Amino acid sequence: MINKINFSKFFKIANIFSLLAVSMSILFLFFKGLNYGVDFKGGTLLEIRIDNINIQIQDIRSSLNIPELGDVSVKQFGKEGDFLIKFEKNVNEKEKFISELKNIISKKIGSAVNFRRVESVGPKVSSELLKQGLTAIVLALGAMLFYIWIRFEWQFSIAAIIALLHDVVITLGIFSMLSFEVNLSIVAAVLTIVGYSMNDTVVIFDRIRENLLKYSKIKTNEITDISVNETLSRTIITSLTTLLALFSIFILGGEILKGFSFAMILGVIIGTYSSIYVASPVLNYFKVTQKTLLKDDD
Amino acid sequence: MLSFTKIKVLSIYLILILTIFFASLNFKNNNLIDKKVNLGLDLQGGSYILLEIDTKPLVNQKLQTKVIPIKKLLKKNIIKFSDFTISQDYISLTIDENSQKKFENLFFKKQENKINNFISEYNKFELDLEFSQNRATIKFSNFGLISLNNAALKQSIEIIRRRIDDVGTKEPTILQRGDKRILVELPGIDNPERIKELLGKTAQLTFRLVSKEDGFGSEKLILSENNEELTVSKRIVISGDNLVDAQPQFDNQSNQPLVRFNLDRLGAQKFGRVTAENVGRRLAIVLDNSVISAPNIRESITGGAGTISGGFSFQEATDLALLLRSGALPAPINIVEERTVGPDLGKDSIDAGVFSLVIGFALVVIFMFIKYRIFGLVSNISLIANLFMMVGILTLLEATLTLPGIAGIILTVGMAVDSNVLIYERIKEELKTEKSIIHAFDTGYNKAKITVIDANVTTLIAASILFIFGSGPVKGFAVTLGIGIVTTLFSAYFIARHLTSVIVLNDKQGKYFKL
Repeated sequence: MINKINFSKFFKIANIFSLLAVSMSILFLFFKGLNYGVDFKGGTLLEIRIDNINIQIQDIRSSLNIPELGDVSVKQFGKEGDFLIKFEKNVNEKEKFISELKNIISKKIGSAVNFRRVESVGPKVSSELLKQGLTAIVLALGAMLFYIWIRFEWQFSIAAIIALLHDVVITLGIFSMLSFEVNLSIVAAVLTIVGYSMNDTVVIFDRIRENLLKYSKIKTNEITDISVNETLSRTIITSLTTLLALFSIFILGGEILKGFSFAMILGVIIGTYSSIYVASPVLNYFKVTQKTLLKDDD
Repeated sequence: MLSFTKIKVLSIYLILILTIFFASLNFKNNNLIDKKVNLGLDLQGGSYILLEIDTKPLVNQKLQTKVIPIKKLLKKNIIKFSDFTISQDYISLTIDENSQKKFENLFFKKQENKINNFISEYNKFELDLEFSQNRATIKFSNFGLISLNNAALKQSIEIIRRRIDDVGTKEPTILQRGDKRILVELPGIDNPERIKELLGKTAQLTFRLVSKEDGFGSEKLILSENNEELTVSKRIVISGDNLVDAQPQFDNQSNQPLVRFNLDRLGAQKFGRVTAENVGRRLAIVLDNSVISAPNIRESITGGAGTISGGFSFQEATDLALLLRSGALPAPINIVEERTVGPDLGKDSIDAGVFSLVIGFALVVIFMFIKYRIFGLVSNISLIANLFMMVGILTLLEATLTLPGIAGIILTVGMAVDSNVLIYERIKEELKTEKSIIHAFDTGYNKAKITVIDANVTTLIAASILFIFGSGPVKGFAVTLGIGIVTTLFSAYFIARHLTSVIVLNDKQGKYFKL
């Protein structure tokens, strides 16, 4: 083999690194938690555009000094004059309050305000959406576990799920660390990461299985090494093209898709890493051999 | 793997042409087949409103109507009772233990039971009766609650549809969601506030006399014009149910906007009689527990027509007339979720989405060409075909394209080349050991097949789960991702493979083999 990289040499270090990253993520998720958006926390989000670009965030913030709104956060959103306002109160409590708010803001800052987007979610719906999102992720993981178990052996399916959990936990951990907002589209991103990371893992597993059947004398960790090397150029090329597409969404796709594409970019990088450095070593720890594969055929 | 029968080639390109045809429907008007990709609310602008009915007041209201019939039944059958009380969701009374059996038999009579309806659909009674010593408790059974809820929800949907149609928005969607919720989607409206106001109002209209003294049969209500507190009788003279029409108008003398209404025959008779008997007294016009106006009755009104004035603007008069025409909601309705996107943000999103799609696509195409040269070109052609097929299938299904849906297409572009990369990398490996080029391509395609299928099934699983659990825009993402996988497999294993086979079979010298 030309340009053979001895991946298994780095497995130990990588695994320690992964363990650290996962524990850090869990600590973050546990103590800092996730910054839920209105989808999951309830409340209201307003995206506004103000023609007068001299208006600053402070001006808007002080114009929203209305106790009944609850906790208010204002931030710049994309280009100048665009702002995102979030507060705890949701739309139902008083039907007219959105248009009243519009009047209050435009009067106080002395400029016309254009409401580009309103999202308001009541507490009951938001808790349902959160439950639905979690169910979807758990179900997706379960379905993957099952598929790999059917197509391969249980050792492969455990290894794949460990890699998937690793990806999901670290992605969410980074979102927690950076206080990035988690909303419905992040759940979609996480599910897609699960699909992508699995895809990547399956390609390597397929090769490991093939090589295990081909060479009966070579040790498992050498087989994984050979297989990872053989599929390496594919792994890199596919990650690259996917990242090209994702960066294009991240940079050019508008503010609304920023969080989604950021989660996906993280996921693709972590997912590619985990296929090589998490899923494959776990197979070694299980001491998967040719016998493991052949036993099933009896 | 490289041999194709003529029929196969023909059907591959026929399918491709068919999907391209469907995709083209989006760009020109075709009268024969009117199919287009729908734009989601996040792209075309509009409102998504989720409503939930609150049946609690309805349960109490229905229970109230049972009070008099139950008392009558007890008296008629000479059953002694005492301590008759009514709470939020149950009635309780004390009945001598000797008469309990008798009451129970009457209460659960299947025929001609005016109190406790037998719901044949569930084979159960509407009300439950329980005794604990000499205390009897009457409340709605689970089935009674379900049928009450279903009837109220159905009626609410009907009334909401009437209200929205009356306002005249284009292509509204009104759907039942679960057993308590109604989803309303209003594409392209720029001011959802007015509609939200119309949706949220119960619009329970009653005409009741203002009484002089407080008492058990009256309640205190506020006159909204001047915040005057009025003591209003609980007895309803006529209600919104008696209305057959209501229209906004200007008063002839004062030029004030008002609402003119017409009553049905029964309502007109009763209205005539009550107004004749009570000349000089005030009549309160009550809408959802607040008094709109309380004019003095100057003479009996017998024509079955009248007006409501309450210092309205013309818009308010129009809305009130609309609410009265469409009828009262059986139960209060709350907005539990709202998402509105303005039309200019929608347009910005489309622009940004399409721009990033073009750039992402270009980057991938350039990368593939540099990496694989002529086979990169093949992969790029199949990528373009893939894109057309995706749009074609979306059109055929008349699917809804959302902003995350566009992201799904871009992601598919990035991931679609994976199948070709897998295959080409495999062929490269085969070429190291295999002398015959054709043979190398053949085994390459064959061996990569299992991997390609395995890899795509996993993504398909993720997409289906997203489709089942996702709502709105996220569902749009699942749809494009799922369709993308199918078209990717087709374009890699049929179109790209066929093109590859044409090149390989015509190039015996191996000129192009610089994978």
